[in-house]
Amino acid sequence: MTETHPKPRMRTKAFVVTGVVVALILAGVVSALASASPDGLNRVAEDLGFASAERKSATADSPLADYSTKGVDHEFLSGGLAGVTGVLVVLAVGSGLGYTLRRRSRKGS
Amino acid sequence: MHVPDGFLDAPTSVATGVAAAAVVGVALRGARRELDDKTAPLTGLVAAFVFAVQMLNFPVGAGTSGHLLGGALAAVLVGPWTAILCMTVVLAVQALFFADGGVTALGTNVTLMGIVTVVVGWVVYRQLLRLLPNRPSSVAVAAFVAALLSVPASALAFVGLYAVGGTAPVPLSALAAAMLGWHVLIGLGEAAITAVTVGSVMAVRPDLVYGARGYLAAKSLVIRSTSTEASS
Repeated sequence: MTETHPKPRMRTKAFVVTGVVVALILAGVVSALASASPDGLNRVAEDLGFASAERKSATADSPLADYSTKGVDHEFLSGGLAGVTGVLVVLAVGSGLGYTLRRRSRKGS
Repeated sequence: MHVPDGFLDAPTSVATGVAAAAVVGVALRGARRELDDKTAPLTGLVAAFVFAVQMLNFPVGAGTSGHLLGGALAAVLVGPWTAILCMTVVLAVQALFFADGGVTALGTNVTLMGIVTVVVGWVVYRQLLRLLPNRPSSVAVAAFVAALLSVPASALAFVGLYAVGGTAPVPLSALAAAMLGWHVLIGLGEAAITAVTVGSVMAVRPDLVYGARGYLAAKSLVIRSTSTEASS
């Protein structure tokens, strides 16, 4: 349908790069401003008394557990680095999936 | 709403794991119909964006926060099957690397945040788009309502799972009321973020919004007159 659009205001590559930069800034910088209060489910679990049923995750000791980077003491850097790493990992896996599925659909058609 | 390990018993966690795996399997086939040369690069971007925005907990009242789930947003941007895959990637990375959401609860979290939000969000979005006037702004409006409803729907689905396999005794009516109350508020944040994001993409590249396909066909056929010549 691109051809029916006379002038895309932004090339697809520029759009994707802009989006990734926005995601990196949100996860790497803005995330420091996020509320540290328990989320809806955790709050309900506390109020209704089933929070204690929670068991420690098997990945609780992983290097990026709880969105902080092990070995980085500076709180802002530790959280920002974890966020940036997460965005890049998700981007890589998601893009790989998208391209793989697209190629297969073209072969099949 | 990431469910940790231990809230639900093993049989329920296994059941949601099997159900989630089955739906993801179907989504892997369905996404092939949605993904073309134009939308394939967006799969990673949408997943990365959802991951980033999920880190941004916003306050929703006394000592409580919420964050975007992103299922409705992803469904509107890349289509429902691809959205389920995007959400699954986000939730798997969170559980395996960030200890956000239990590992044994991954199937539960994919079901609640990766499937229920996408299905409810997409169905509401499509129905609303039929009712709203045929103009680009309707896309963001429909996305707003779809996102708003997707969050309490997901919260209610958790209550349903808890009724089957909750590990601690809790009165279900109290659980349902508390979950709904907080998640309607979180839904408002979800709706705002979703509408702004969808609106922004519509402003620069409306042709990339899966949920706006067909919608824009009529608009793109409008013949643009060269009025600049007349004004000189």
